[in-house]
Amino acid sequence: MSTNVGIVIVSHSPDVAKGAADMVRQMVGDDVPLAWCGGAPGGGLGTSVEAIMAAIDRAWSEAGVAILVDLGGAETNSEMAIEMLPDERRDRVVICNAPVVEGAVMAGTEASAGSPLEHVRRTAEELRAA
Amino acid sequence: MNQATLRRLITGVAETVIAHAEELTALDQAIGDGDHGLNMKRGFEAVLAEVDKTAALPPADALQATGMALVMKVGGASGPLYGTLFMALGKAWPATLDRAGLADAFAAAIDAVKARGKSEAGMKTMLDVLTPLLAELRAGGDLARLRVAATTAAEATVPMKAIRGRASFLGDRSIGHMDPGARSSSLILHAIADVLEEQHVV
Repeated sequence: MSTNVGIVIVSHSPDVAKGAADMVRQMVGDDVPLAWCGGAPGGGLGTSVEAIMAAIDRAWSEAGVAILVDLGGAETNSEMAIEMLPDERRDRVVICNAPVVEGAVMAGTEASAGSPLEHVRRTAEELRAA
Repeated sequence: MNQATLRRLITGVAETVIAHAEELTALDQAIGDGDHGLNMKRGFEAVLAEVDKTAALPPADALQATGMALVMKVGGASGPLYGTLFMALGKAWPATLDRAGLADAFAAAIDAVKARGKSEAGMKTMLDVLTPLLAELRAGGDLARLRVAATTAAEATVPMKAIRGRASFLGDRSIGHMDPGARSSSLILHAIADVLEEQHVV
């Protein structure tokens, strides 16, 4: 298992989530655990708490997981998913307040350097000030 | 509350929301992303599918199971928001059901929704219906007055400017439309009142 922070991409659209994940993968290689999910339970645009929890599990790293979300429901459902995680994982997952594509690439780049979770989040969120 | 009433409450609320899915979606298309009706329909269809199991539970557990179904199946922000409302209501459900106990549980549920949505009343959300309903409940209002409070409160969101939720992206352009979440909260109250009146519970 990688010791680098994992990245999860959550979008209302599976196409957007997968596309963003492809970009991260191409730019940072295989050193970062990476998972994406998108679409409502049963299909259509939206997000699924269950799918987000599964994505966190796929991207799990002992260093924690940073989640990038697109719009409102993706954030609320991600918060819900984090709360439903086992105690020992809950405190090691954060949602980055950053644009989903750019944020994922920045977070992935930072994570690939072995930076801790808080640092990964800050790097993604610096985009907001730019 | 007996099992038949609980079952009617669950199915009544679910069927009402499902029947108004198009209206909720139309409201959401005006100021949101147009998925509120569809999402709520998907969530309450999941609730309906489980009703045999859920209605056999004690009310507190039935509320939590309903909330969990909404969390898992809605697909939008309204899933965690309504899911939290029902789950928190179940958690705080009084051992002996009376007005004060119900009001306290409802207050706890509203606080949980505020925390989940990082929101307060006055931001053009479902809280703008739930909060006046709590006040009416505490003031001793009967079903007729609760109905009026719900309808009036939902209509009162029309001139409001959205501060939270997708509608807040529109700023002043959110003014002039009823909030879809306020409307769905009002619909749920009316559905509950329909069942309680039909069952002569109150």
